[in-house]
Amino acid sequence: MTGDAHHLLPSATPVTLIGIDGHPVADSGRTFPSDADLRRALASLITARRLNDQAYALVRQGRLAVYPSSHGQEACQVAAAQVLDDGDWLFPTYRDTVAAVGRGVDPVEALTLLKGDWHCGWDPYEHRVAPHATPLATQLPHAVGVAHAARLRGEPTVVMALCGDGGTSEGDFHEALNFAAVLRAPVVFLIQNNEYAISVPLARQTAAPSLAYKGIGYGIPGERVDGNDVAALLTVLGEAVARARDGEGPQLVEAHTYRMQAHTNADDATRYRTDAEVEAWVERDPITRLTRHLDLPAAEMAAMADEAEQVAAHLRDGLNRDIEPDPARLFADVYATPTPQLREQQAQLADELAREGALG
Amino acid sequence: MTHEKLTMAQALNRALRDAMAEDDTVVVFGEDVGALGGVFRVTDGLTAEFGEDRCFDTPLAESGIVGVAVGMAMNGMRPVVEMQFDAFAYPAFEQIVSHVAKMRNRTRGRVALPMVIRIPYAGGIGGVEHHCDSSESYYAHTPGLHVVAPSTPGDAYTLLRESIASPDPVVFLEPKKLYWAKEEVQLTPVSSSGRAMEGRETEARLTPASSSGRAVEGHETEAHLTPASSSGRAVAGHEAEARLTPVSSIGRAVVRREGTDATLIAYGPSVPVALEAAEVADREGRSLQVVDLRSIVPFDDETVCAAVRSTGRAVVVAEASGFASVSSEIVARVTERCFHSLAAPIRRVSGFDIPYPPPKYEHLHLPGVDRILDAVDDLQWEES
Repeated sequence: MTGDAHHLLPSATPVTLIGIDGHPVADSGRTFPSDADLRRALASLITARRLNDQAYALVRQGRLAVYPSSHGQEACQVAAAQVLDDGDWLFPTYRDTVAAVGRGVDPVEALTLLKGDWHCGWDPYEHRVAPHATPLATQLPHAVGVAHAARLRGEPTVVMALCGDGGTSEGDFHEALNFAAVLRAPVVFLIQNNEYAISVPLARQTAAPSLAYKGIGYGIPGERVDGNDVAALLTVLGEAVARARDGEGPQLVEAHTYRMQAHTNADDATRYRTDAEVEAWVERDPITRLTRHLDLPAAEMAAMADEAEQVAAHLRDGLNRDIEPDPARLFADVYATPTPQLREQQAQLADELAREGALG
Repeated sequence: MTHEKLTMAQALNRALRDAMAEDDTVVVFGEDVGALGGVFRVTDGLTAEFGEDRCFDTPLAESGIVGVAVGMAMNGMRPVVEMQFDAFAYPAFEQIVSHVAKMRNRTRGRVALPMVIRIPYAGGIGGVEHHCDSSESYYAHTPGLHVVAPSTPGDAYTLLRESIASPDPVVFLEPKKLYWAKEEVQLTPVSSSGRAMEGRETEARLTPASSSGRAVEGHETEAHLTPASSSGRAVAGHEAEARLTPVSSIGRAVVRREGTDATLIAYGPSVPVALEAAEVADREGRSLQVVDLRSIVPFDDETVCAAVRSTGRAVVVAEASGFASVSSEIVARVTERCFHSLAAPIRRVSGFDIPYPPPKYEHLHLPGVDRILDAVDDLQWEES
């Protein structure tokens, strides 16, 4: 044990590289991302925003049961995906659909869960994206296990594990951080602090000075970053990934952001927060900020919008296709080999449906 | 033919060693499983033999242990984790129910979780509260888990090897009182009523600390290291034959004792008690068959129903509280399938529906020979 743990504490204020006006912050002391990385991030942000808004609309049209939008938080998710290598893993929560898409998951497959066609719609091994976790923080120990297994085999894998501010109150958050620290597992824990767990504000979630302080108790360095500044996120997360890959153990990053929309379409945010509070975050919007900063030619911006529109169209098409539920699917994949009891039940259902069919 | 005398704890240890030697993706972790070798010594020597990457102590947090095992299983490993005691596994319940059991199904078969959750379970060791729960029903009720409980050292070895090799997660329940395979396989003094009374030790100990001495008291069962006859019969009071060559036992019940008058259906810690009851009944002129489930999930309807049909009467014996339990499930499904072969309703001898009692009371709670034979007496013999 070392006596001085100050290096584990976060900075007093979140790291910001691009101000609300789009200009670089003076004397940040941090590396500024390359222009190419920022352009790539902007394209991803525009697509992510379009996906969020399209999904929200699809709920109103009855094509999705519900959608937890990350409108306003896209910079966190875009950066989390962008700083990873192909061999790395991403562990998303239910609000991190656009992060999964950022890793290459087909948006239609990313929304299979909410469309109701099945649970996880994608192959987790294809893009190394774990299934959406809807029980809070339960995915974090899994992330540690994936990282530890890779480390035992000497692979350079880093795991990006996402959770929200509410999730930090769950026991699994603490157990995952502690295991990761003790095992020196290469995991970057990214907390998207969007101020609310459904209706409960951060002040009801923690008395810590910031969520990044949760690291020090486990011996994990914590950092705070402006969650609406994709440049700062790319730098802070990129460096955290590099440290984890270099064997420095797990890293904790708290991104300060805001959930611009209700928890889901089923939620009524006016019951617990004011319009004025929401309005104050509009000027901090990550896309506006980066667009101002890059000041790209209109043609390039139009190309990005076109690309986003194509992705949205693909999503609409996919979600407008109804599946015919296959009764056999219910019994497949409960076990590698169905038990005799499951075979009986499957036959019973098939018989039931056959008799219904004969009647119909 | 090499013969080795092994207790169940030693047989489990041997299964872990053999699996780890054969497959370097097998990793063992949990609380005190490293230098100490586990509080029951089941992981004894594994860290020394295979190194700390293969067998390691973890922070004291069961949800974390199981959750990390999920991630390792997702990423090419075959974790075998130890929950120190039955009731201490409950913090991991969410991980087990929401993730371990469902991952294959959630991902349409793309992500399998080949992992084993070992849980020392059940009572009869004089343990204080939270150390003696029979928690099998919680796991058996959860689709996606296999749930097994050996009653002999041989089955312990075989079932653990199969569990580690299984592509699906297995909750592996180890009857604590059989770790040293002692008085449960001994004949006990006959009471004034003419029936056996159990001469059970009720040492109050939080954990059975001393591994030395206890295993060499002459109560070990014998395990053969080469294939032996598969009769599967354990002779009450003596040694059990164990084959250390994996064969398919998950999902297969076994008839431990042949009998013609009634069938006792038991698993895990209740099997030796059922065998003892059958031995006593035999002296009283009643022939009881004993079926050892070994595997609760998958459930072997075929073997169990064939056995019950052959006798026409049955008693289910289990330590767990009877309400909404594995024992009630057995009664229900056997009745549904064998109704016309039954001469009497199936009886249950289970633990009472109470929190597990303190050590001085557990003999009143646990299914014993007398209570089993009373239930057998109630099987409407006058009508046959």
